[in-house]
Amino acid sequence: MGEIALSFQHVHKSFFGVPVLRDINIDIKRGHILGLIGENGAGKSTLMNILGGVVPFENGEIYLDGQLYTPHNPEDATKHGISFIHQELNLFTNLSIAENLLITNFPTLGKAPLINRREMVKKTSEFLKLVDLPLSPDTMVEQLSPGERQLVEVAKALSTDASIIIFDEPTTSLTNRETERLFEIIRRLHDSGRTIIYISHILGDVMRLADDIAVLRDGELIDHGPCKEFSINRMITQMVGREINQIYPDRITPTGQEPLLEIKNLSRAGIVKDINFTLHNEEILGVFGLMGSGRSELAQIIFGLEACEEGEILFKQESTNHFSPREKIQKKMGFVTENRREEGLMMTASVAENLGLVALDSHKGPLNTVIRSSLDQAVNGIADKLRIKSTNIQKHLAKGLSGGNQQKVVIGKWLLTEPKVLVVDEPTRGVDVGAKSEIYHILNEIASNGAGILFISSEIEELMGMCDRILIMSYGEIVGSVEREYFDREEILRMAFREHNNGIKNE
Amino acid sequence: MVSKTNNRLILLILKNMPVILFLVIFIGFSVLDQRFFTLQNFDNILRSSAFVGIIAVGMTFVLLTGGIDLSVGAAMYVAGGLVGIMLENNYNLWLTIFAGLLAGVVFGLVNALIITKLKIIPFMATLGTLTAGRGLALLITHSRALSFPASIKVGAVKVLDILPIPVLIFLIIILLAVVVLMLTPLGRQIYALGNDPEAAKKAGLNTDRLTAIVYVISGFCAALAAIVAITQQGRVSASFGNGIEFRAIAAAVLGGTSLFGGVGMVFPGTFVGILLMQMIQTGMVYLQVDGYLQDIVVAGVIFFAIFIDSRRMDLLRKLERRTIRVEKTSDSHLDVKGTQQAG
Repeated sequence: MGEIALSFQHVHKSFFGVPVLRDINIDIKRGHILGLIGENGAGKSTLMNILGGVVPFENGEIYLDGQLYTPHNPEDATKHGISFIHQELNLFTNLSIAENLLITNFPTLGKAPLINRREMVKKTSEFLKLVDLPLSPDTMVEQLSPGERQLVEVAKALSTDASIIIFDEPTTSLTNRETERLFEIIRRLHDSGRTIIYISHILGDVMRLADDIAVLRDGELIDHGPCKEFSINRMITQMVGREINQIYPDRITPTGQEPLLEIKNLSRAGIVKDINFTLHNEEILGVFGLMGSGRSELAQIIFGLEACEEGEILFKQESTNHFSPREKIQKKMGFVTENRREEGLMMTASVAENLGLVALDSHKGPLNTVIRSSLDQAVNGIADKLRIKSTNIQKHLAKGLSGGNQQKVVIGKWLLTEPKVLVVDEPTRGVDVGAKSEIYHILNEIASNGAGILFISSEIEELMGMCDRILIMSYGEIVGSVEREYFDREEILRMAFREHNNGIKNE
Repeated sequence: MVSKTNNRLILLILKNMPVILFLVIFIGFSVLDQRFFTLQNFDNILRSSAFVGIIAVGMTFVLLTGGIDLSVGAAMYVAGGLVGIMLENNYNLWLTIFAGLLAGVVFGLVNALIITKLKIIPFMATLGTLTAGRGLALLITHSRALSFPASIKVGAVKVLDILPIPVLIFLIIILLAVVVLMLTPLGRQIYALGNDPEAAKKAGLNTDRLTAIVYVISGFCAALAAIVAITQQGRVSASFGNGIEFRAIAAAVLGGTSLFGGVGMVFPGTFVGILLMQMIQTGMVYLQVDGYLQDIVVAGVIFFAIFIDSRRMDLLRKLERRTIRVEKTSDSHLDVKGTQQAG
């Protein structure tokens, strides 16, 4: 047993002749937390999938505790004490926590194939204690919050006696508080001597957690060293391979005077209360709030996906309270949902089909048939303009694109409808720095051309970089509004946290 | 808070919709016709539910994995035809029963192989074996209607003077199914598979084996139903088991089993579902509803139940969604602790 828990040597992998990992050499020290960063498509997931036995590799060796390790399937990895917590959770929502933990390994009553419930509950309680989850093992997973589910996944990893645990973007659907809890657990796992690989685009989190940092770019290991030698700037530069001087575009155009979207006393029981604001042309209006503050729900009400119970939604000075999303689209409103995988894209349709979807109405011929040539022209135009990385947008499926490019497709399909108001909900979630910057510039251009953008986000930096004004939401209410010249990170955060204080003090 | 308890009540009602629907229709018929609320009638309903009910139990296993078995009627005819031929030729009774059940198991195994090895979706696979199976049964019976002496009709015999044999078998099957689904690793893995096949694979479950098992169970149940039906009807005609798949699927769905897998129960679920259907049919006989109209009414009830079910799922999702306002503490379990201390 040496100091090195895991060692990749000359690992190489290509898909269809295109190399995605080139000669990866990295040693991971036992009991360390390695922060693995890189742009979308840099090869992080592939490297981890190789380790987890999900995909095979071509050349090179992996050594686990000095022993050659060649996994053939996920069970191999589990047997070798490697546990992979995927970005999308793999829990069975119709089963209890205990059943999820022991699904392949139920304790039985002697030799009879009957589940020994007492034993199951006892075992599960032990693992739940390790992750500080004060829940009954019989609780159904569907009743758990995303944060609690994440912790159940961790408990599941512990139940397989994992010594190496991989976290892939574990915080994307967690509230700030849930994230803190997860970090505390990760640190505790670290203290107990487990080796952890932590993948995330949130560089601040990586800085806080990791002992070492490894940067991948285009399938190569660019940089690797102790965390203290890194700064956020150095990480970004290494990841994108060039200095990004200006992630955010200049907001120089003054906002217009024409009110495009006016929300008056909007309320919905249990969701939002008494929302008032006006969005003008050429304005980017930010909405900041913590997870669960009602931001996304507000967007859904504005777009007509959820009913508005009280108040008024004026779109171009016309009451649109009872308009369906379809009618709102016809009136030139667009909505980029926070969940591109499930709501924003048809993953198994081609890039071109996705891009053309909402604009179909404006390319209709005499018999309501789609005019292919005009649609294709528009779709190709937008794909070029947004620099969507796909060699053949007619053939390639949306699911084959990297996260950043997928997001560009979602925005692109709305651009084709030339929206007057575009509501964007977390447009850069799970997107790397380079693509982020591109998305910011696209949004800025839309606004400069006369549209109003309602920019919803939980990343305060991007709102401060992009918006003319920021509204702050907490518990379904707007608790503050700050103009660009008065932007102050701490002040905004304080407002967003205002009503959460009680809970935090007591933890 | 008033609205909260209201929601709780609605939730409770919606979650128990099959049972409530059952009670409403039950009371309705009892009021409309006095002959309905009699022991003899209940006995009648149970007895005529038995063999469809057995198939519906097997169907529930298949639906739980997200699959479907359209071939149960054909499996039933194949097993029934084989049993009939063997009875005509005076084979040993127990051997005959064993052969019939084995035929069902083999039938299920064929379905399982087509689905797991040839990767053909269950709908097409079992639609195919439905056609092939009926052909096979016609072939072995030479498309004759087989009739048996009255002594075969043991279906009317009551155990301990209370339970008719078919009902007893039906209840045993339900009990077994409940035990398997709720208390064994196999049962819980079937639920897991139906909930998320991808995750099941990643978790290391042998999904092909699980899939195979549910189709074998369904085939076995169909064969058992054939034997039970023979003891009740005393004959096997060319329409034996015809269209039974619709009634079995409808019973399971009426009882709250989802066609998308992962959700459903044999008891009370499917059990209530099958009784509900049979009750409506019997009730209509008492009310002297036209025979052709009865089919339309039954279909209408099934559509209504499925409609209620989809509305129910919608409402459940809405009601169970976490609210942001109103109770500040219900945001998550984690919050509850902190605020209680604060208060």
